[in-house]
Amino acid sequence: MLLADAEIRRALLRMAHEVIERNGDLSRLYLVGIPNGGVPLARQMARNLREVAGLDALVGMLDTSLYRDDALLKEQRPPLRPTEMPSAVDNRVVILVDDVVNTGRTIRAAMDALLDLGRPRAVQVAALVDRGHRELPIRIDYVGKNIPTQSGDLVKLFLAGEGAEAGAPEAAMKVLLLRGAAGEGA
Amino acid sequence: MQRGLLGIEGMERADIELVLETAFHMKEVGQRDVKKVPTLRGRSIINLFFEPSTRTRTSFEIAGKRLSADVINFSSSASSLSKSESILDTAKTLDAMDPDAVVVRHQVAGVPKRIADELAAPVINAGDGAHEHPTQALLDLMTVVEEKGRVDGLCVAIIGDIAHSRVARSNIHGFLTMGAEVRVAGPPTMIPARVEALGVKAARSLREALDGADVVMALRIQGERLSGAAFPSIREYAATFGLDRAKLRFAQDDAIVMHPGPVNRGVELSHDLADRRPSVILDQVRNGVALRMAVLYLQAGRRARAQEPR
Repeated sequence: MLLADAEIRRALLRMAHEVIERNGDLSRLYLVGIPNGGVPLARQMARNLREVAGLDALVGMLDTSLYRDDALLKEQRPPLRPTEMPSAVDNRVVILVDDVVNTGRTIRAAMDALLDLGRPRAVQVAALVDRGHRELPIRIDYVGKNIPTQSGDLVKLFLAGEGAEAGAPEAAMKVLLLRGAAGEGA
Repeated sequence: MQRGLLGIEGMERADIELVLETAFHMKEVGQRDVKKVPTLRGRSIINLFFEPSTRTRTSFEIAGKRLSADVINFSSSASSLSKSESILDTAKTLDAMDPDAVVVRHQVAGVPKRIADELAAPVINAGDGAHEHPTQALLDLMTVVEEKGRVDGLCVAIIGDIAHSRVARSNIHGFLTMGAEVRVAGPPTMIPARVEALGVKAARSLREALDGADVVMALRIQGERLSGAAFPSIREYAATFGLDRAKLRFAQDDAIVMHPGPVNRGVELSHDLADRRPSVILDQVRNGVALRMAVLYLQAGRRARAQEPR
């Protein structure tokens, strides 16, 4: 296990403080989680922003599958995941939230998907884990933890316990590293 | 999931579920302001229609375009299809242009399969004779899931010309595979003798078929596919098997009415039923685009062999 529930929650709280520091106009924040891992994290960051600063940030989720550069490379296509954007992105400061950023390709796909939905005022990126094997010039604005890994490893957020299926706030979070479990380019 | 989509018969339940799940996500794309994603950019899809069709062809065309594919339409009246070039020659010629998927409709059962055997591109059957129309059955399943939240355990009545209907065949296989009970009813000459071997119940009357049904599917009476003697008059058919609100009382209170379109108003469905709930005909059309996007996403580009070097 790379990160336990308490460490994750502490990191997300710090990241929420950084979001507040970094942004002048907090009324236009829109947290957009990338399924699956980014979604519970975006929700937790929104709860933190409410507790820390009384903010009611919008929260959405945005699937990147149809924008991936590797979507057609395999015979069996990646399964699609839900996109639920409760409000337009125009003129919003969108923070893309993912559990793990590695090559940067998912973030690239997410930016393209986002820009097809409208014209945000700014786009920032938050990641719980930055693995660092960047293949594209993508910068992370809010990092939970930098963790050096090997490119064949799989690093992922898991939810466990009560309410894990439904993504309830009390579900325990953990980040696991599975050695050599990732395919090429994961 | 297997390469190509020729029929629902023999399709695994898990694969049907994958297509439906994918289709529901595709439906969300169709609700955006910009109804287009770049997934199949630079890919080409050939619509090869040997039989006239506007609705299905348009649905596939929109689906392909929403995925950013280049969609090329070949129809029998506008090409060498009418110059007595053989079907297989036409197909091979098209395949040499390296399409990423070929959508085939033909008036003869089995032609999409024959074409698929020759082509490297995956073939999607858009209706062949009285055999199968798999994307219609899948969009019907999608519409039922949307309305009822499930298919498992539902009771489905299919009314009309079961013997000559590819929509009926595909739907019978689809609904049975997904765990529904299926009944059929229609004029005796339109019920295949061994239909019960498929696992459906052949009801003796419309009332018996409708009794307690959750889903009522009326089939189109296809004048062009009928040999006169086997068919009662249109008026007699409408009186006996045409659906209206009065007859629908035998079904469940929340039953929905489906029709693959285009409706012969006053024949299969009363005017009133054709236009309003509980009929869901336009939802079927809407879901058809999303469902075909899902099939193209899951299939396009899966060519059987690498492109030949030039």
